Amino acid sequence: MMNHIDISSVLRQTLACDLYSNLVTRTTGAAVRGQIEDLLDRSNERALTVIDFSHVSMIDFSCADEVVAKLLMRYAAPDPPLEAYFLFRGVTEDHRDAIEAVLERHGLALALEQDDGIELVGVLDDEERRAWDVAYRLGPIAAAEISRQLSADEGDVRATLDLLCKKRLVMEIEGDYVAVGSHRG
Amino acid sequence: MTHVITVPPSLDDHSFEQVLDQVAPLPPDAKLVVDARHTRWASPYGLTALLTLAQTRAERPALAVPEMDETLSYWSRTAFFLHAESVYDLHGSYPKHKESAASNVLLEITPIAKSDDVHSVVGRVQERAQAIIKNELKLESKAIIGFAMTLSEVCQNIIEHAGRGGWVAVQSYRWTKRLGRRVVVIAVCDAGLGFRQSLESMPGHLPTARWDDAAALEEAVIRGVSRFRDRSRGQGLAGARNYVGRWNGKLSARSGTARISIVPSWDDDVPLAEGLAPFPGAQVQVIIPEAVSGTAGGSAER
Repeated sequence: MMNHIDISSVLRQTLACDLYSNLVTRTTGAAVRGQIEDLLDRSNERALTVIDFSHVSMIDFSCADEVVAKLLMRYAAPDPPLEAYFLFRGVTEDHRDAIEAVLERHGLALALEQDDGIELVGVLDDEERRAWDVAYRLGPIAAAEISRQLSADEGDVRATLDLLCKKRLVMEIEGDYVAVGSHRG
Repeated sequence: MTHVITVPPSLDDHSFEQVLDQVAPLPPDAKLVVDARHTRWASPYGLTALLTLAQTRAERPALAVPEMDETLSYWSRTAFFLHAESVYDLHGSYPKHKESAASNVLLEITPIAKSDDVHSVVGRVQERAQAIIKNELKLESKAIIGFAMTLSEVCQNIIEHAGRGGWVAVQSYRWTKRLGRRVVVIAVCDAGLGFRQSLESMPGHLPTARWDDAAALEEAVIRGVSRFRDRSRGQGLAGARNYVGRWNGKLSARSGTARISIVPSWDDDVPLAEGLAPFPGAQVQVIIPEAVSGTAGGSAER
């Protein structure tokens, strides 16, 4: 299942007036995240959700913490309400400082859609980035094939893929691995 | 008995201490006349701090307005008198407030009490800040968004921690005396809980052997500690600190009896001032200077 959430639309529903396109304040961020969670929690199947910042002018640190970090943490928790994956769209240089700061603070990472493909942003080690890159280019792909591509121990690669799955950056589908965003809608 | 508090001719974050030194020995219910007749200039910090001073008094104080027409006109354009009418008995004549297109007043003095106020402030400042930061301060366009983010975060400090409303003002001017360059200045003042009391309300807070206003400011501004157990809190001031560092600006926060500053090379302020006259709440100032040719945010020049 695939969802598309336009953050500016959610913002307008959250604020008393629709004059502003800025994602600022922790209160606003918590309200926006609450609406996103309501939308997601109506489903009980695995879902990829595009979080679209295209019409958001700016986001501050507090709001990024609520909208991005806490959203990722909820669904990357050991017992999440739903198997949810996120692809962030429309994130510009104007948004990145705040988003990268909160990812760093919480040790999180996310998949960002760019014109020329998907970029991983946030805290990931080299093994995770390499494994993700193979899954992105060649997926759906088995762990054994990823380890062959990387000339790495298969057990180590499986452990890395487990971490990527927990971080919701890779999906495991019938034993194969697919990077979030590799088949975009 | 009425006590006359003399406002210095030039009122900024440093000279405001002279005002507080006069007020500190007086009981909270002492009747004050704040005499600004001979004041010729005030920074956004000076003006918002004057409003905040009135909020700290049990007895509504009086304010003798400046005598110089130019000063009156400027203070009026910043909306100072509009708000001063609600906290002071004003003595002397002053122009009524009019919406101004004055380019140096990016944001008139504006009350901040709730989240919506921050949306309004950021929305109003963005367009004008864009022109001034790019054309007058000659900073990269990336500095514009960071400025709005910083403004948002320092305003939220009031909502999250003060326990009562405060004031914000943003202005741009040529800072001849100390820098000889243009600056954009954000001033955010409140008479609320202050940093120390806010941190003391943190669950399980254990004061260190040296726990005072200075220690609380260090915790909040330098180490990003917040009263909330949630480790994601405390990012706002940390973000503001990073922003001023990147653009060679200055951040200072005063609370209680101390002031902490992130001091750039162009300024000679002390990083930590202790033993100041007590003043409730928190008073934050951010200064972003015009770039010097060949640098992102300027280099040493005094």
